[in-house]
Amino acid sequence: MNQAATETRSAIVEREFPYPPEKLWRALTQPHLIEEWLMKNDFKPVVGHRFNLRGEWGGVLDCEVLAIEPNKELSYTWNFKHDDAAFNLQSVVTFTLTPTSNGTHLRMEQSGFRPDQRQAFGGAQAGWQQFFGKLDQLLARED
Amino acid sequence: MSTDHDTLFRTLADPTRRGIFERLCREGEQTVAALTAQAGVSQPAVSKHLGLLKQAGLVRDRHEGRQTHYSAQLNALAPLIDWTHDMTRFWEGRFDQLENLLKRMDQ
Repeated sequence: MNQAATETRSAIVEREFPYPPEKLWRALTQPHLIEEWLMKNDFKPVVGHRFNLRGEWGGVLDCEVLAIEPNKELSYTWNFKHDDAAFNLQSVVTFTLTPTSNGTHLRMEQSGFRPDQRQAFGGAQAGWQQFFGKLDQLLARED
Repeated sequence: MSTDHDTLFRTLADPTRRGIFERLCREGEQTVAALTAQAGVSQPAVSKHLGLLKQAGLVRDRHEGRQTHYSAQLNALAPLIDWTHDMTRFWEGRFDQLENLLKRMDQ
C-alpha cells in the first residue's frame, strides 16, 4: 500500500450569482443567513473563532475560522469525527468571491483527507463485504 | 462518471472476477493455481479474469520460477471511496439553496 490513500484531495464547486460580493458575503458570514442555506451554526467572523455546524442528519462539524478578508475570502476548518474511522474527515473550506460584470463568481474549495483511510482500506472481511454491497448498489444505479 | 469509474465498475461487475479480487483482498497474494482451485471455473478462465483485473489496475502480478503470483492493488479502489465526489454533490445542493436565499434577501 502506498501514500495515495492518505493524500490530500479537493472538492471544488463554482457558480456565478447575479448579485454584488457584499450581498454574498452577508449570506456567508451572518449566522441566521448561513443557517438558511448551509447549517445551524454559531459562526462569528473572527479569525480563531471556533464554532460548530449542525446538520439536520444530527452530524456536528468542528470548525475554526482561519482567514477572513471581507467580500473576498473566507476560510474555515471543516472537521468531522465519527465512530467509524472511515467517515472521519479533516478538511478546510475556502470561499473566494470575485466580482464579475454581472455579479459575483463564488468558488468553494474543500481540501483535506480522511486520516484513517488507510485502516479503512485494509479493513476486515466484514468491511469488504459492506464495501462490495455498496458497490452492487452503485452498479444497479449505473444501469 | 470518469473513465476510471467506468473501468472499475465494468471490471468488478462480473461476479466471478469480483470473487477473485475479494479473495486476493482478504487472503493476500495467490498463485493462479490456488485461485483456480476455489474459483469454480477453469484455469484459462481465471487467467483471463486476472488479465482484466490487471488492466484495471486492481491486481499486480509477480513471476517466480514457473509460477505467477497475483496480489490486490487496493489503491485502485480509491476513486470509488473518494469523499470529494460526495462533498461536491453536497455543495452543489447548498449552492442551490444559497441562490434561493439570495433571491429572497434585500440588496
